[in-house]
Amino acid sequence: MSDSLEKYVGKLPMAIMKKLREETKDLKAAEARKVADNVLEQFLKNQAEPGEAVGIIAAQSIGEPGTQMTMRTFHYAGVAELAVPQGLPRLIEIVDLRREPKMPIMEIHLQDDIKSDEDKVISFAENMENVDMKELASIEEDFVNKRIIVVFNEKSLNEHGISLDDAVKKTEKEVRRKAKNKEGNQMMFEPGFSTLRSLRRFAARLNKIKLCGIDGIHKAVVLPEEDGSGWFIKTEGTNLKAVLEREGVLPSSVQSNNIREIEEVLGIEAARNAIIREAKMVLDDQGLKVNPRHVMLVADVMTYNGKTQSIGRQGVSGAKTSVFARAAFEETVKHLHNASIQGTKDELKGITENIIVGQPIPVGTGLVKLGMK
Amino acid sequence: MVVIQKKIKKIDFGILPPDTVRKMSQIRIVTPDTYDEDGYPIEGGLMDLHLGVIDPGLRCKSCGNRMVSCPGHFGHIELVRPVIHVGYVKMVYTLLKATCKSCGRILVPQEEIEKYKELLARDTEGETEEDELLDIIASTKKVSECPHCKAQQATVKIVKPTTFYEDEQRLLPSDIRRRMELIPNEDLIVLSINSARARPEWGVLTVLGVPPVTTRPSITLETGERSEDDLTHKLVDILRINQRLRDNISAGAPQLIIEDLWDLLQYHVTTYFNNEVSGIPPARHRSGRPLKTLAQRLKGKEGRFRYNLSGKRVNFSARTVVSPDPNLSLNEVGVPKKIAEELTIPEQVTEWNIDHLKKYIESEEYPKANYVIRPDGRRKKIGELNREDVIEELEPGYLVERQLKDGDIVLFNRQPSLHRVSMMAHRVRVLPGRTFRLHPVVCKPYNADFDGDEMNMHVPQTEEARAEALSLMLVQDQIISPRFGAPIIIGDQDFVSGGYLMTKSGVSFSRRLAERILVKSGITKMPKPDVEKDRFSGKLLFSMSLPTQLNMDYKNRLCKDCDKCLKAKCPYDAYVRIRKGKLLTGVIDKVSYQGILLDTIFREYGSDAAREFLDGSTQMVLVALMDQGFTASVEDSDISDEAKKKIQDLIADAERDVNLLIKMQHDGELKRIPGKSLKETLEDNIMAILGKARADSGNIAAESLGNDNSAMVMSRVGARGGILNVTQMAACVGQQAVRGGRVLRGYRNKSLPHFKEGDVGIDSRGFVRSSFMKGLTPIEYFFHAMGGREGLVDKGIRTAKSGYLQRRLINALQDLVLRGDGTVRDATDTIVQFQYGEDGIDPQKCYGNDAVQFKKETIYYDEVERDNVEDVREEGEEYE
Repeated sequence: MSDSLEKYVGKLPMAIMKKLREETKDLKAAEARKVADNVLEQFLKNQAEPGEAVGIIAAQSIGEPGTQMTMRTFHYAGVAELAVPQGLPRLIEIVDLRREPKMPIMEIHLQDDIKSDEDKVISFAENMENVDMKELASIEEDFVNKRIIVVFNEKSLNEHGISLDDAVKKTEKEVRRKAKNKEGNQMMFEPGFSTLRSLRRFAARLNKIKLCGIDGIHKAVVLPEEDGSGWFIKTEGTNLKAVLEREGVLPSSVQSNNIREIEEVLGIEAARNAIIREAKMVLDDQGLKVNPRHVMLVADVMTYNGKTQSIGRQGVSGAKTSVFARAAFEETVKHLHNASIQGTKDELKGITENIIVGQPIPVGTGLVKLGMK
Repeated sequence: MVVIQKKIKKIDFGILPPDTVRKMSQIRIVTPDTYDEDGYPIEGGLMDLHLGVIDPGLRCKSCGNRMVSCPGHFGHIELVRPVIHVGYVKMVYTLLKATCKSCGRILVPQEEIEKYKELLARDTEGETEEDELLDIIASTKKVSECPHCKAQQATVKIVKPTTFYEDEQRLLPSDIRRRMELIPNEDLIVLSINSARARPEWGVLTVLGVPPVTTRPSITLETGERSEDDLTHKLVDILRINQRLRDNISAGAPQLIIEDLWDLLQYHVTTYFNNEVSGIPPARHRSGRPLKTLAQRLKGKEGRFRYNLSGKRVNFSARTVVSPDPNLSLNEVGVPKKIAEELTIPEQVTEWNIDHLKKYIESEEYPKANYVIRPDGRRKKIGELNREDVIEELEPGYLVERQLKDGDIVLFNRQPSLHRVSMMAHRVRVLPGRTFRLHPVVCKPYNADFDGDEMNMHVPQTEEARAEALSLMLVQDQIISPRFGAPIIIGDQDFVSGGYLMTKSGVSFSRRLAERILVKSGITKMPKPDVEKDRFSGKLLFSMSLPTQLNMDYKNRLCKDCDKCLKAKCPYDAYVRIRKGKLLTGVIDKVSYQGILLDTIFREYGSDAAREFLDGSTQMVLVALMDQGFTASVEDSDISDEAKKKIQDLIADAERDVNLLIKMQHDGELKRIPGKSLKETLEDNIMAILGKARADSGNIAAESLGNDNSAMVMSRVGARGGILNVTQMAACVGQQAVRGGRVLRGYRNKSLPHFKEGDVGIDSRGFVRSSFMKGLTPIEYFFHAMGGREGLVDKGIRTAKSGYLQRRLINALQDLVLRGDGTVRDATDTIVQFQYGEDGIDPQKCYGNDAVQFKKETIYYDEVERDNVEDVREEGEEYE
């Protein structure tokens, strides 16, 4: 069957070829070729024309529906605890490339042997959660004797998969002080506190020690997989590197909504894909139809020189070569002064520059010149 | 018309050297006075006639031209003592820190300098990182001894904005200038200062350019008083202090006084350049308003760049209120006669059209010529007196500016222009009245309604512009949106209800009415009656607007997703089957008008066919709609007593459930949703119960109203409103939300004074039991207003935020163009995408998101079911 379509390979993109094969699999060879011819014809006919201002169209296609988006924070896919900015604020967050999203979230799928067992997944999730000392131990301030007594709750230590020994050691390391009178699940700090204030401060520090879990993961929730094949974990807070390295995690399935982090850990291509995925997610769940080609172009602009750049004066717009283009966008005076110091030349290659000097712009019909034969 | 086209290749930036300022200057300005008692500009004053003229009747002393033709000329002020230019303070500061105080060399050993130069050379080839270059300034920080002349270095401090200290000792601008002069050109390269364009000492001013009067025109008030421009005021200040400083110096005043005056001069020069410098108070007008000086003129939304350079005012444009007119074609725009008389199109006189154009000149009323332009560029208004003469002298080479008439191409636009379909090309249709008229189907791309919206029209003035507008921007070519690859020019609202009422099964029309319907949509052939003698079914008449060869099958909005689709035998009229351009089954609804049907016609038969279909079908559908009548009155929201009772019971049940939940929470029996607090859990559950109660009551109301109720029809076929609107009108308005939850705010532990503290019942938290039909109680009304207010506030914030997002996106992406080789590149020819969208496909030509469609049906139609559908048109009879 597939032989009859062989001659179309290379002429059509792989995705279309794949779909074509699928669609025509129960047709006769001649019929299949007829469909394929039609598809090829459409494909060639539907090519975009040279000179098209694809950038502006992409920008408009993403900006225009912005006016129709909601602003409110919605609760994430039925998970009550993870309230994620949606709609416009999230979209702005994505193009701004904030160092950390307002609500960083990870989705972690586990290897088959773990994910089918809910209890295992739950304990896996609990082990991941970054837990404060105060939730694992009671910390008593003994003001009379000026000392602090820590009593670990062995049960909760167990739940989070950390041994008493480790807990003690970790605590000592964190506060850089040896504990005294270690007895069972108790220990004591008596480092000669002179004032009550310093005692209290020390206790507060103890309270905040992260005893276990992965840094940055504040909360982990277990949810059923959509296809019913088991459970997966959704976390508040991200730490892509540590999660990927964890035993039992299916690395290829891990998702984070923190684009900067993805760039750091997985590189620029991954960042580009993350921008596309996140932006598309926002648009889709606002019910706004936008061709992915536009989103892709925005993502490409943000990543094409190998580093992520935000949309705005700190990023793409600030990096333009044309003085006029930068001055007309924001920080007018600064750009003009710098240009004069550096003796910059504006080559008038872009759109704004040519508008400013009153010349035809190098887009569409302004891009072609006619010669007389 | 002779057009000299010069192209600006590039623009250089730099600092004006003092010599150049003097060379440019036509006159040295010495006196702070502007006009004498007679109101005549004083020689050597800021309004000197050498600087250009702004008064009618006077001649410029530099170029001899009169007011409009003199471009204005620069003057200059010699500053008695140098002052620092605020814009270059940062450069000066960096240089003071980075260079030696005695030899002026950069505080880095020679070999380092060479290394940096090499780096820099490679940088221009794009091989180095910017960060490496910044290091050089940092590396000078700790140097205490000049590596070139071994002189000891002092630490330089700045007191913002313009005062410098060196080891607590004041550095005067004259000292600074001397230090700047010391720095050799070779060292400046390393600091990325282009010494040819910007010697650092030029950042310390000894002479100040005075802009031409044309850039700071004074205005004459009604009282005859002159009011000077802010810049002039500032220059007057500078001249005054300059004069005083000079006097004091020559009088041998003590250094302290001289320095004070010097600082004052510095202040005035600083605020002359930028009146928003941090660290000093802005210079103010007598009224207390801060002056708008040079930087303020350029900056921001109303500044020169964004207001005048990126956006320019145009001629040949018009603006007025828009109103709808479905009798137009969607390509047309109705233009008021008054506007058509004012706007003109230039027509080149040739030997072939000279007689034709003479007729316009001859004519004394509407389609006439307003002006004639001679080959030498002189423009002549055509009036009673010279009409004969003009006709006499008219010959090829002249231009005739004739008034706008039917069929001319114009651009039509509504702000905010958020996407490209906010501006499209229309054909003119001159109409009586004072408003622009447009076909309602183009409302969506413009986002226009008729509650007072105004729109703009532009008349292209060259043949090239008209050709481009016609072939790229014409409305009919924009039917498919480039954003989502589906129709954006669509029939909605009444067209959808009309389509439904016309094509519903069992609807038929008399011959008379059928004729009217067809004539309205420009069809001059009568089909054979198909219901009985002289009765025509709506489907048949609608088919007349479809392309003759159209074959389609699709499911419309009424489809109930049955387990087994009965296809053409669908009992709900939901299966649309079109063969040979005849609508066989199914009813026309939103899906047809806004999606698949229009889409298919556009794609298979082109934009002309799509336009014909939209023009024709919207016309006939409206006639049918008006014939049947389609209203919604209070009566339409009135439901049966039985239904009312049911709804009341339903809400009472819901209230009971809610109270039960509250009680459960009290007793600690409520099970917490994981991750939520008990309170949140309770609220969630209550919201769910109340939401369901409203939905259920809506269904009861819908049942009671029946499918033929106008509101129900509109919501079912997708014309306007949903079942929610029907519910709110007839059954129950439901829970009002503030901040995504029930109303909680207001007073302590209660939402309004009418309730007891701690009341958590449904009524006190914004549940509206009444329907709009029944009317809201004052308390309900208040809650409803609270929800409404939140919506308004939200909308306001959203428009501001999304507007800025749009601006940033456009600015970041505007230079990206698809080039001839299929790549997407920016203004520097850097490749952003190797192939646009990874397949080169135009989103506007996409089917939704797909590049192509797999048309198995083609075979199907061709071979299987080209069954015996008779072609209604060919056998139809002609009528007049």
